[in-house]
Amino acid sequence: MKSLSDFGFRVIQEYFLMCNKYKLFFSQKMIHSLFLINCSGDIFLEKHWKSVVSQSVCDYFFEAQEKAADVENVPPVISTPHHYLISIYRDKLFFVSVIQTEVPPLFVIEFLHRVADTFQDYFGECSEAAIKDNVVIVYELLEEMLDNGFPLATESNILKELIKPPTILRSVVNSITGSSNVGDTLPTGQLSNIPWRRAGVKYTNNEAYFDVVEEIDAIIDKSGSTVFAEIQGVIDACIKLSGMPDLSLSFMNPRLLDDVSFHPCIRFKRWESERVLSFIPPDGNFRLISYRVSSQNLVAIPVYVKHSISFKENSSCGRFDITIGPKQNMGKTIEGITVTVHMPKVVLNMNLTPTQGSYTFDPVTKVLTWDVGKITPQKLPSLKGLVNLQSGAPKPEENPSLNIQFKIQQLAISGLKVNRLDMYGEKYKPFKGVKYVTKAGKFQVRT
Amino acid sequence: MTDSKYFTTTKKGEIFELKAELNSDKKEKKKEAVKKVIASMTVGKDVSALFPDVVNCMQTDNLELKKLVYLYLMNYAKSQPDMAIMAVNTFVKDCEDPNPLIRALAVRTMGCIRVDKITEYLCEPLRKCLKDEDPYVRKTAAVCVAKLHDINAQLVEDQGFLDTLKDLISDSNPMVVANAVAALSEIAESHPSSNLLDLNPQSINKLLTALNECTEWGQIFILDCLANYTPKDDREAQSICERVTPRLSHANSAVVLSAVKVLMKFMEMLSKDLDYYGTLLKKLAPPLVTLLSAEPELQYVALRNINLIVQKRPEILKHEMKVFFVKYNDPIYVKLEKLDIMIRLASQANIAQVLAELKEYATEVDVDFVRKAVRAIGRCAIKVEQSAERCVSTLLDLIQTKVNYVVQEAIVVIKDIFRKYPNKYESVIATLCENLDSLDEPEARAAMIWIVGEYAERIDNADELLESFLEGFHDESTQVQLQLLTAIVKLFLKKPTETQELVQQVLSLATQDSDNPDLRDRGYIYWRLLSTDPVAAKEVVLAEKPLISEETDLIEPTLLDELICYIGTLASVYHKPPSAFVEGGRGVVHKCLPPRTASNESAESPEAAPTGAPPAEQPDVIPPQGDLLGDLLNLDLGPPVSGPPLATSSAQMGAVDLLGGGLDSLIGSTNFTPPAAAVPASLGAPIGSGLSDLFDLTSGVGTLSGSYVAPKAVWLPAMKAKGLEISGTFTRQVGSISMDLQLTNKALQVMTDFAIQFNRNSFGLAPAAPLQVHAPLSPNQTVEISLPLNTVGSVMKMEPLNNLQVAVKNNIDVFYFSTLYPLHILFVEDGKMDRQMFLATWKDIPSENEAQFQIRDCPLNAEAVSSKLQSSNIFTIAKRNVEGQDMLYQSLKLTNGIWVLAELRIQPGNPSLTLSLKCRAPEVSQHVYQAYETILKN
Repeated sequence: MKSLSDFGFRVIQEYFLMCNKYKLFFSQKMIHSLFLINCSGDIFLEKHWKSVVSQSVCDYFFEAQEKAADVENVPPVISTPHHYLISIYRDKLFFVSVIQTEVPPLFVIEFLHRVADTFQDYFGECSEAAIKDNVVIVYELLEEMLDNGFPLATESNILKELIKPPTILRSVVNSITGSSNVGDTLPTGQLSNIPWRRAGVKYTNNEAYFDVVEEIDAIIDKSGSTVFAEIQGVIDACIKLSGMPDLSLSFMNPRLLDDVSFHPCIRFKRWESERVLSFIPPDGNFRLISYRVSSQNLVAIPVYVKHSISFKENSSCGRFDITIGPKQNMGKTIEGITVTVHMPKVVLNMNLTPTQGSYTFDPVTKVLTWDVGKITPQKLPSLKGLVNLQSGAPKPEENPSLNIQFKIQQLAISGLKVNRLDMYGEKYKPFKGVKYVTKAGKFQVRT
Repeated sequence: MTDSKYFTTTKKGEIFELKAELNSDKKEKKKEAVKKVIASMTVGKDVSALFPDVVNCMQTDNLELKKLVYLYLMNYAKSQPDMAIMAVNTFVKDCEDPNPLIRALAVRTMGCIRVDKITEYLCEPLRKCLKDEDPYVRKTAAVCVAKLHDINAQLVEDQGFLDTLKDLISDSNPMVVANAVAALSEIAESHPSSNLLDLNPQSINKLLTALNECTEWGQIFILDCLANYTPKDDREAQSICERVTPRLSHANSAVVLSAVKVLMKFMEMLSKDLDYYGTLLKKLAPPLVTLLSAEPELQYVALRNINLIVQKRPEILKHEMKVFFVKYNDPIYVKLEKLDIMIRLASQANIAQVLAELKEYATEVDVDFVRKAVRAIGRCAIKVEQSAERCVSTLLDLIQTKVNYVVQEAIVVIKDIFRKYPNKYESVIATLCENLDSLDEPEARAAMIWIVGEYAERIDNADELLESFLEGFHDESTQVQLQLLTAIVKLFLKKPTETQELVQQVLSLATQDSDNPDLRDRGYIYWRLLSTDPVAAKEVVLAEKPLISEETDLIEPTLLDELICYIGTLASVYHKPPSAFVEGGRGVVHKCLPPRTASNESAESPEAAPTGAPPAEQPDVIPPQGDLLGDLLNLDLGPPVSGPPLATSSAQMGAVDLLGGGLDSLIGSTNFTPPAAAVPASLGAPIGSGLSDLFDLTSGVGTLSGSYVAPKAVWLPAMKAKGLEISGTFTRQVGSISMDLQLTNKALQVMTDFAIQFNRNSFGLAPAAPLQVHAPLSPNQTVEISLPLNTVGSVMKMEPLNNLQVAVKNNIDVFYFSTLYPLHILFVEDGKMDRQMFLATWKDIPSENEAQFQIRDCPLNAEAVSSKLQSSNIFTIAKRNVEGQDMLYQSLKLTNGIWVLAELRIQPGNPSLTLSLKCRAPEVSQHVYQAYETILKN
């Protein structure tokens, strides 16, 4: 029961601050400011699209961060007396945007991810060092990406024509000749009906490569049966083709794809009627489609884990024993296996022996990592030994889940197969290729 | 060579050095210096002192340098408006540059400089750019109109930019269309009344065409704009839906969610028998599920929206339960949301899976999450009747873990299960009692006490158990105290022989040693009940309780419908309509789902109306409250107790005997005599109305001689307050001000725990007593309350002056509204000024403080006017007749001591009165004039 004092003037004042916020809501739109914050809580870059907002607004964010304990648990939407803060956490950096209007939060989050993608694309990594090293370009990019809160140019192709990415060669040339890295003509793609592609692309080697990457998200229960499983797939393309090629990509079994998100270049009608991906591709690397094969279809689970983790009552030790084996691996080798386990807080140390690979246990974060490598069916890898617990502490209640990573080359676990790629509109013969790979996504085994 | 070098300047004379470099003759050095300035700006350093030097670098052919200077200008122009003017010429020149990139850049930057002097110069270049041959320039200019409107709306209207912007909706380039739509939506939002985005089938068609071709961000603007359109019939709705569905496959999640919004809204108009309706339902599920595989931040927003969608149309995701299963490394904010949706989707078909999952979660590490999981098991039991047994046994298993917070949560939910399925699971009580000692949270203690009291006859040592709680009575929280009081009274009524002492003890603790009014009131009422009529006491206290309903935290249907219109926005994340934030509802258009209209005659139009949650099946089903509902407070809710009392056995006779002896002597010894009047009133009728009768009695007398009272107006519509409607007015009688309120419950659940607060206001108005609503307000019930006010609260000047912002709380939520009070409630009784004093003051107040007003259509003579005003404490001091006109000189005083002097001229035969007001605080004049108007015209 809320007592009257809980609901005092503080509430009212908050409300009236809200009112003020709403007054602003109607006068200003979208993203007002952006702050970049590193993991130790330093604001190392700020950009304001309208008036300058004081850094102190980030205190609300820091407050929430403190409360969250773990960086990943900071809520993405935070309400403050005058603003909303919408943030994303990427590559150990927080992108915190300041909002004063009623705006679609997804719009902001998507945009922030796009900003991070652009940094990654330009500087090879999205890190504090890279951003600081290129702060002027970063500023120019941000200005180009957003105008008055409206995204202006977010396609990498267009941005690169407006602002050239830094290269060592170019910075040397620039410093000698005094030329700049700002393009001075309007990008051609900007307004055409295919804004994602620039005109006049030329390559000596014309190539089109596709990577079909599937990730298995699964929850396996104690007894080894599947609680939930689905496949998240993407087709990433690397297209280096001259001119204006028009491509058609068809599949052996397109019916698998019933939940698909498309790159804007794909002609939706063709897909609806013929189940063929028809498109004029952007130049370079891009994600063509992403798709989901849901749990209703059978999702093959390539590995199984036998486990026994137990803690003795009133004693300061426990036993730990896990073994991994192949299950439905379609005859391919499973490699790159890593097992990570968040052990309970009372675990002090672990004394284990792996039959294969190596393991580490971080006594601070309580994370056990076992780098297994490949599975050879003749001798299944296992990890056994003793767990030392804090003496006197009660036996842990929770059972740690095992997080498993693996990789299978040359296999799309859903069974998706590309049939053929045809090119129209250009005369040359391109090199074509498709690669398949299956990985573990969020693959968890409960114990 | 990286940009990080720009950060390392020598500390001493940094600005000075930069200044020198900026004024260097070498181009390269200049550019480097500007870059240094920008670098300082990015880390929040103030480099505004360099303004003139940076602006000097603006005239350059180097595009990069120009861009950098523009960046600088945007940041600092506001702080140096006079200097900024220096830049205007270059801007205007750049707007004519042959390179479209430069034209666009110039117009874009100019719009970002929020300096009035510059905006004047912006108009001409902007006009040209809006008609530029290059679409890139046009699209930039479209956004610029919105910027300019933000700075100076009048200017934009006068210059006719709005019309140009509307024309751009028909532009050949989809990007221009998208930006024009975005700009118009932004402008329209600040002027909800203006009909800027005049949507008609033709313009909708244009938008739908542009939708296919413009960028992802443009698609979002267009979809959000489409969502505001109301199709004329179901055919049009369907055709729009058909053209919007492809957006569900977009890679950008914001596009997907905006498309979902349009579809959810227009679906409302489609008949459920239509094949297309089913197709659409099927198409909505995959994209929503896909959103859950995105980054956790996106997931969170998606989940908050899915929460709304499953309440509105549970059929969409009913087969997708598994995607909401929690992964152990999901961020906590995602976990909690997933759990919520799991319960909403729980049904007989999937309950086994859900329970297995919930049990798994109850062993996780995060305490908040574990608690919520345990609660969820209880909610499943209440929601899916067939699963109740399994839920109870799961809860018992969890209690066996002896993990403290798990046990406590489990007991709280088991209490709810008992209330839903009485007399079914009492066998578990023994297990619960074992854990009595470990309960340290008030909610769990209260729940346990409730269980002991409710089933006292089956628990052998119930008296011992309750007695053990009684020892630390004063250290318990109110919730536990109230519960303990009720439980012991129940126990006494069930086992009167052994517990007489206990009940006396608790009654005296509650009534004499407690300073909590709720507790004391309840104690007294029990006491009186027990002492006057034990049979009635039994009927009241042990009355059959209403069952609790299944869906506990469903959003009110009206609110849900409104929120569906806000899918994808912040409102949908917070589950509050934007109107909840806005003062007095100004400036907000309520969005509502379109009614279903059929183009052809079809039979189902009558069923179109109730689309929200089904109405409660039984009138006596009430949802459980956050706190335990005091049994006593339910008394006007329960089914009427009819027929002969439960039993006339010897036990009851015993009780009567006992009361005759025990309690009466107790009363006698403590010299306590209950006020007789209250007893019959509270027994015979619901207490709330009983007491408000009393209030009416006093206020009724006052009104006759008091000042004018306006009829009650609706201050808080039910739609904005989850079903609570408040209307009211202000009165003043014999020196006291009060706020007469009428509370109506238009929701499906009972409302309790009312409270009220005012924000600080111009005259320090504040409630003089708490809001007394004595009984819970059941659905469709109305109570009238008079809230006495005083003027000793904190003072803050409001705009307008007589604005009063009010917050009302009940068990559901806190609601806010604001209202304007008539100033005459503040006119005090001793407002009559001495004649001499009046003359002196009139002269003394400077004439610029005089305000003159016309009161039209008021055909009253001087006497009538004078007496009318007098009853509202405006006193006539003198009357003169000048050239056939009556001049009345009047004075009044406000509660805060401000005097207002008035001269009122009445011409015979002319219904208009002229009022001149003089006051040292001239801002009140306008409101005093309004008070005159209201008083004289009523």
